[in-house]
Amino acid sequence: MPTLSEADSRTLVAKSGITVSEWATATDPNSAVDASRAMGFPVAIKLCGNTITHKTERGLVKLSLTSDDDVRVAAETLLAATTPDDGDVELLVSTMARGDREFIAGLVRDPQFGPCVMLGIGGVLAEVFADVAFRLAPLDRLDAHELIEDLGAQAVLGSFRGQPPVNREALIDILCALGALSDDPTIVSIDLNPLIVVDGLPVAVDALVEHT
Amino acid sequence: MPRDLSSLFEPRGVVVTGVSSHPGKFGFVTLHNLLSCGYQGEVFAVGRENGTVLDQPVLASIEMLPDGAAELLVVCTPVSANEEILRAAAARGVRAVFVAAGGYSEAGDEGAAAEARLVDVANELDLVLAGPNGQGITSPPVGLCAQIVAPFPPPGRIGVASQSGNFVSAFQNYSKQTEVGISRSVSAGNAAATGIADYLEWFADDPQTTVGLCYLEGLTAGREFFERVREITMRMPVVVVKGGATSGGQLAAASHTGALASNDRIFDGMAQQAGMVRATNIESAFEAAATFATQPLPSGSGVLILTTAGGWGVVTADAVTAHRDLTLVPLPDDLLTAIDKMLPPRWSRNNPVDLAAGETRDTIPELLDMVAGHPDIDSVVQLGLGIQGNTAAMTRRGPFYPGHGLERIVGFHDRQERRYAQAAAAASINHQKPVLVASELAVTQPDNPMVAAVRETDRLCYSSADRAVTALGLLARYAAWRRARL
Repeated sequence: MPTLSEADSRTLVAKSGITVSEWATATDPNSAVDASRAMGFPVAIKLCGNTITHKTERGLVKLSLTSDDDVRVAAETLLAATTPDDGDVELLVSTMARGDREFIAGLVRDPQFGPCVMLGIGGVLAEVFADVAFRLAPLDRLDAHELIEDLGAQAVLGSFRGQPPVNREALIDILCALGALSDDPTIVSIDLNPLIVVDGLPVAVDALVEHT
Repeated sequence: MPRDLSSLFEPRGVVVTGVSSHPGKFGFVTLHNLLSCGYQGEVFAVGRENGTVLDQPVLASIEMLPDGAAELLVVCTPVSANEEILRAAAARGVRAVFVAAGGYSEAGDEGAAAEARLVDVANELDLVLAGPNGQGITSPPVGLCAQIVAPFPPPGRIGVASQSGNFVSAFQNYSKQTEVGISRSVSAGNAAATGIADYLEWFADDPQTTVGLCYLEGLTAGREFFERVREITMRMPVVVVKGGATSGGQLAAASHTGALASNDRIFDGMAQQAGMVRATNIESAFEAAATFATQPLPSGSGVLILTTAGGWGVVTADAVTAHRDLTLVPLPDDLLTAIDKMLPPRWSRNNPVDLAAGETRDTIPELLDMVAGHPDIDSVVQLGLGIQGNTAAMTRRGPFYPGHGLERIVGFHDRQERRYAQAAAAASINHQKPVLVASELAVTQPDNPMVAAVRETDRLCYSSADRAVTALGLLARYAAWRRARL
């Protein structure tokens, strides 16, 4: 299935009310530096294109860049890593969301039950622990509330390492927004991976939309 | 509108095809079971042999059936005969058909085509079609046992619909063992025209049924099932046990969400969202259904544990504490003060309320009523009963009985056990809260007077505190789901 670029994916989910980290696109190292300065360091830079999906595995994500030089080097490296298969690419600059907790949320279409919204504990071990739960879309706020309660690691939702509890209403907003996006028949799946919890509020720092 | 299945479960008269004098054949066994379990309607046999089977005249064809005398047809004839049989039966007033015979879609393409034709004929004639390839149906409240297997369970409130006939039998076996009865049961077989959701919908409106119990393996229209079941669960709890829970089935998708979307996780989310009560195995599914059928719903998560002595209370407190849907309530001050007046000071002074063997003859009945009546307590688990009855049994079987003044103490012990069991049921009914009695004696010594008396109150005597807590947790979860949506 074709995918949207991260920039287009971010635009699509943000339009439905999902908070994404501040971001901009850049076509070359200089404009990446300008964008970084405008949003303030530290920043992350990623290669962005319609066919680019497994960015981390390919080393196409450069995190915690704190200076013009860092940004310039990272931008040049990413552009140099482009392969002909990647098609048209650009750079995506975003702020570094600060938080110790990560969730993964998404939308899939199950052949048996139709569109389903997922919520799980995120991070690099997300697929190992597989602490995830599903609800059929669309879901109402009560369904979303119960979906959150289905996670095994409930302690992650409370106060954590000096950070406030996860704002459940904000998380419910995201889950309901994902569910509502199932009305668009051209959307095959959505990944918000990860959602980083910043001062209690979940913020999507990456988005991937698969479409027909 | 739900399909009207009353002619399937409460038929005025039943006719069986494929009856022969061979006691090993489905037709014979079905006829035998229909004639043996107290069904009051007329029973007719159709077969190729002249004369009688089980003293029942055998009709040579279904055309000989008196018009309107049988509403239910049980088909034990082979595939090739059955379309014509359906037409002839409908012409004689039959309204519902259970096809026990196999050889349909489970047997390959030819069978699948025959099954499709059977469905067409049933639809054309407006017949309710159950099966094919199923073990049968029962309606214990009307003594109807139209199935090819044992046992026939006692009448009760649990409506069973299963995609496996053998699990119908398993639920019936548990029903017989525990004496918590069944209202209806059906082995859905290939579910060609009538599926689990159809049965559950009818059960929800059936005055005999207060809880649905189903075994599911596969669903052909998952979304529709979900939409229908979440309407049903607003009116009636539905306990489900799902087979094939570990099969993979991850979606082929580029997304991580797709990689994590196993069949079981999505089924589980669907079940929770629809308000179904999902049990992890057949035993706990039956026990959950039996609990829904015999106990009021709790109005909250708070549990109080009563125990006569020992470690029972400790491990049960652990189980309640670890349970996401239950809370071990701190013992309210007014109860502490009141219990202080009833017991020597060595009692636990906490929840679990451990009597530390300090009770006298009226303590347990009084305590049960007092704690069940307290507004902070939503449900009660009573442990450690049956000790006196066990002692009495040993005494009665010993070499000194009767004599030595033993009759009096044996009688006292037995009476006390009965009082405890009755007090637990009375407290539950008076205060409309679940009061569960758990003891391993339920299986190790089912003739213990406490166990027997719990059963006489039409309730389940749980064979361990863990199992009581599991069942109670499922009640609490369903009650919370429903409260949130009322």
